[in-house]
Amino acid sequence: MAITLTDVAADRVKTFLENRGKGVGLRLGVKTHGCSGMAYVMEFADEIDENDTVFEDHGIKIIVDPKSLVYLDGTEMDFAKEDLSEGFKFNNPNESGACGCGESFTV
Amino acid sequence: MALLQISEPGMSTAPHEHRLAAGIDLGTTNSLVASVRSGTAEVLEDENGQALLPSVVRYLENGDVIVGQQAKAAQLDDIENTIASVKRLMGRGISDLKTLGGNLPYTFAEGDMAVPQIKTVAGNVTAIEVSAEILKALKERAEKALGGELKGVVITVPAYFDDAQRQATKDAARLANLNVFRLLNEPTAAAVAYGLDQKEDLDERIIAVYDLGGGTFDISILKLNKGVFEVMATGGDSALGGDDFDHVIAEWILQQSGSQQSHHALAEARRVKEALSDNEQVDVQLEDWQGSISRNDFNQMVEPLVKKTLLACRRALRDAGLNKNQVHDVVMVGGSTRMPVVREKVGDFFGKPPLVDIDPDKVVAIGAALQADVLAGNKPDEEMLLLDVIPLSLGLETYGGLVEKVIARNTTIPITRAQEFTTFKDNQTAMTIHLLQGERETVEENRSLAKFSLKGIPPMVAGAARIKVTFKVDADGLLTVEAEEQTTGVKAGVEVKPSYGLTDNEIEGMIRESMENAQADMEARKLREQKVEADRTLEALDSAMAADADKILSPDEVATLQKAAAQLQHIKESSDNADEVKAAIKNMEKAAEFYVARRMDDNVKTAMAGHNVSDFSDTTE
Repeated sequence: MAITLTDVAADRVKTFLENRGKGVGLRLGVKTHGCSGMAYVMEFADEIDENDTVFEDHGIKIIVDPKSLVYLDGTEMDFAKEDLSEGFKFNNPNESGACGCGESFTV
Repeated sequence: MALLQISEPGMSTAPHEHRLAAGIDLGTTNSLVASVRSGTAEVLEDENGQALLPSVVRYLENGDVIVGQQAKAAQLDDIENTIASVKRLMGRGISDLKTLGGNLPYTFAEGDMAVPQIKTVAGNVTAIEVSAEILKALKERAEKALGGELKGVVITVPAYFDDAQRQATKDAARLANLNVFRLLNEPTAAAVAYGLDQKEDLDERIIAVYDLGGGTFDISILKLNKGVFEVMATGGDSALGGDDFDHVIAEWILQQSGSQQSHHALAEARRVKEALSDNEQVDVQLEDWQGSISRNDFNQMVEPLVKKTLLACRRALRDAGLNKNQVHDVVMVGGSTRMPVVREKVGDFFGKPPLVDIDPDKVVAIGAALQADVLAGNKPDEEMLLLDVIPLSLGLETYGGLVEKVIARNTTIPITRAQEFTTFKDNQTAMTIHLLQGERETVEENRSLAKFSLKGIPPMVAGAARIKVTFKVDADGLLTVEAEEQTTGVKAGVEVKPSYGLTDNEIEGMIRESMENAQADMEARKLREQKVEADRTLEALDSAMAADADKILSPDEVATLQKAAAQLQHIKESSDNADEVKAAIKNMEKAAEFYVARRMDDNVKTAMAGHNVSDFSDTTE
């Protein structure tokens, strides 16, 4: 399995990385937090740790630490606009329940 | 369902705890709101894809308030209740209306009031209330776009705004339920948008910000030193803008066509002006007349207007004491800087191409958004911008006319510092806190800011009371001082604007003097300290003698002590030599030695009086 980006998401990540002017890729992870167990973490990555798994999709490096990988494997990242709001969302097959807020989930 | 944004490494927040922040350009004609999402600052658009919100507010009879495009559209039909350009009234009093009033189309309420009130069908409103409506509309837009409540905002104001105008802007934000991280000067925001504050190639940058809007022109000269922006000079023309360019073209159209349709000519002129930014030649039409205008023709027609702006630039440079070769960057702001002729002439004037990559209508809001993002805590600390420092030290008067500095000069703001002080006399129940500004050691050589009293200190021996004095300078330079007696919690405080009424030259002079007089100041401090010590010694002798002189001293001994005290008093008052005063204190202490010893004996006797020797020997038996 792997972690992938939709075309729109890849396009946005590329733009944001370029605007930032530095960074090796996008770091995805999970934290134990939030209203239903796990919370997604999405950050610019300036370095890759030796234990990290690196996926490459649409020319973008997606960096995941080993602990988070089990929760995220198979996830597709998408970018969406809803009314005035816009941002990323996760289509995660490991997710069994979410609190409805989109930020935290349970496996 | 919330949509997620990319954070800086290690700066992710817990769910529902996003530090949402926005930058607001609260303009005379148009206002904008911008925010940083996934590391990129963008202007937030409304449902119709419009970034600019016309700064127009219309009040309806039923109490409804309409803000923006719809209000602007109704301006001609309902001019009395539709308020535009309210920024010009911010922080102005009734007396300012005479100089401003002529250009403003609204009716002001009559009567005795602190600030001008505009009459509308929905009742009287102040400029602050009208601005708050604009801010509310922008807040709502931002919260919809960001999917949550704003933690705070940065609002931009012109560099020349005075304290009252800045305070009015903050009041409007409070009415709109917005937390203001800070107010930011518009030219500074534009420089921040171009990342000039993050560049490390120069120790000191001089930045010229050329802002040509629809109705106003502003030039600001900024100095950027180690992340701190300083406004060196501002200038401009509050009645010169893009509209004047339209008028020049409209006149030409009317002249060429022989038409009297000035309203239509003006609309056509605006279209032609905008089209000429992208085309060398544009067709012009008014009723059945047809003509053509080249960019060259246009440039020649508007040259006097551009020249006028450059004259203001020259003046601002002169005020800043600089020549144009010393300017490192020129930043273009305002929709009218899209005109190629403006860019070209400004580039020629400063001898370098101006920065034009960011949309000149949005650049100020974008800079404010970047700053708001940092202040909300979404960036690592090392990227924190220092925008302002305290130009002169702040402190308070201590006993003997000395100044204790609490916050040192060049400290970056906002800042809070607390220090503990105590009472000097026994049973002292009040304390005057005298706030001072400056670098010198003595009160007379510093600038007095304010005085207030802390009353209700419980009676205690000298030195036992603990009075905590807290100095707090907010991001806008406003100083609040609070004194609190720790055991009882009694408090008193005052708020002042330390730099009020001080020019840069005066500040510089005060700093220079403190350096030139450093040695003399140190001597003066030493002398004052010895004099305070002398007072303390005399005070102690006085209260001791008041307590028991008649019991344990002979009249002769009293006379000896009084003589010694008088001598110290005399030297304390007449001497200007710290060592001499110190020696006099020693002498008096020597003269009083026998008395101190006798008091001690007497105390022991008093403590033992009425007891039997066996009372003291019980434990050893």
